[in-house]
Amino acid sequence: MNLSVKIGTLTMQNPVTVASGTFGYGIEYSRLVHLSQLGAVTVKGIRLNPVRGNSSPRTTEVASGMLNAIGLQGPGVDGFIKKYWPFLKELKVPTIINIWGTTIEEYAEVARRFDALGGVGALELNVSCPNIKEGGAQFGTDLKLLAQVVGACRMATKLPLITKMSPNVVSIAPFAKAAEDAGSDALAITNSYPAMAIDIETRKPKLANITGGLTGPAIKPIAIKLVWEAAQAVKIPIIGMGGIQNAEDAIEFLMAGATAVAVGTANFYEPQTPLQVIAGIREFMERKKIGDVRDITGSVQMKK
Amino acid sequence: MLEQTVQIVSNERDTDSYFRLVLRAPQIAPLIQPGQFAHVRVASMKDALLRRPFSIFQVAGDTFSILYKTIGKGTNALSQMRAGEEVSVIAPLGHGFTIPEPGEEIPLLVAGGYGMAAMYLLAQRSPQKGIVFVGGRKRVDILCEKEFAALDWDVRVTTEDGSHGEKGLVTQPLLAELKRTVAQRKLFACGPTGMLKAVGKIAEDFNVPAELSMDEHMCCGVGVCLTCVIPVKAGDGWEFQRTCTEGPVFDSRKILWETAK
Repeated sequence: MNLSVKIGTLTMQNPVTVASGTFGYGIEYSRLVHLSQLGAVTVKGIRLNPVRGNSSPRTTEVASGMLNAIGLQGPGVDGFIKKYWPFLKELKVPTIINIWGTTIEEYAEVARRFDALGGVGALELNVSCPNIKEGGAQFGTDLKLLAQVVGACRMATKLPLITKMSPNVVSIAPFAKAAEDAGSDALAITNSYPAMAIDIETRKPKLANITGGLTGPAIKPIAIKLVWEAAQAVKIPIIGMGGIQNAEDAIEFLMAGATAVAVGTANFYEPQTPLQVIAGIREFMERKKIGDVRDITGSVQMKK
Repeated sequence: MLEQTVQIVSNERDTDSYFRLVLRAPQIAPLIQPGQFAHVRVASMKDALLRRPFSIFQVAGDTFSILYKTIGKGTNALSQMRAGEEVSVIAPLGHGFTIPEPGEEIPLLVAGGYGMAAMYLLAQRSPQKGIVFVGGRKRVDILCEKEFAALDWDVRVTTEDGSHGEKGLVTQPLLAELKRTVAQRKLFACGPTGMLKAVGKIAEDFNVPAELSMDEHMCCGVGVCLTCVIPVKAGDGWEFQRTCTEGPVFDSRKILWETAK
């Protein structure tokens, strides 16, 4: 049975990674989760310099999900390399580094830095964070800017490039195509949905940032549709994510057209979810006599 | 830190809306340090997915317990669970209190409401006995007074309505005690943020050290989601640190209360 997949030149031993921002830098979960069994570890978004992040409250629970507005708190490139890379580079599985910036030049510079570092599995371009004023979704919701930022990173590195797409567009197909045409090796679909919650006792927003990003099982059907639409528009592989709690959810993403999947919010409440998803995909393949996980990708059947 | 599915030994009402949950966790119990917490998944909640963090109250043999108040969806669902049922816990988590060394400062514990739960193990494991100031709105908010007394600690009770102990805030008898003497005294506190802030101010005014256990909203509990951060002095400036990982116990001198607003 083959579970391995390719994302550009990156080979994953199975199609399951974790969503950026839900798994820290790997080391935090290393005592609870057998990291070496994952397809890849995807780390929290990093820009050139350290980022302090937003004020509290930063997250709030909602029905079947949560809102977050962390503000991409992080150590910056140098802090990451010093504090987390010594651990990550020794892992048997590849590291996907999520990067961002406030300018195209910054994205490219961060890409160059990680290209020079050596040993990085792939770079994921975060052009879709809804919780920062500059950068993030500003690039992912403008076709021209998206093409420019992907193109600049393509020039800056030979590492596989994954563009993490914003869901907050009228139609994802042209954005998917723009990222592909600009040289992206893969797409990550999707990021969180802009959302809001109010405390009716105090009449105040539940997040200090007022709005945040909705994630968790609540968004899964919307994310499935985005993956399905994007898969028809591009030839490059898609990493599907949004509310995956178990193997059934993951297989749905694969059938919609994803080559791999990422477990996100579920890590917060059940850290074993990624490993349970891998085991469940294997069981499904045995039950359905599927020899290669790649045969599941895009296998949804339309009624004729 | 372990993630385990453990069995409920008992889950009984203490006073009013407070419950005591005892869990059999032979591998976790011996690892627990005073001031640490357990992150509990109450799976019976259909659409509320996140774990709930609780201070660890007592450790006895192969069990540990939690003293909680029913305040929302999670704690209400938890209070419905019965002996023999199972919950998933990740524990022990966080950086707890510094246990005083023999001959070091006399510990003065300050606890508001269910904050008392987080202080019991410290009182039990401290080689120096001291004073524990416990406060609450009314009589039913005074928890585990007997347990502290059984450890031979001096227990000073205050209630805001005067229904039990001295009438007023928990910081009043603390102030009186510090005016008497501050030599070799160290404060340890857990309770509502307003109380912790007041204790931090008192520690500063009297120039005594204080360790505060912060009660922040949490999500993952293990340091990845960056929900539970508070502003803490670092180097020449400050940074957001995680209550679940660098805390919940912080040196009060490092907390930036003004920035936290």
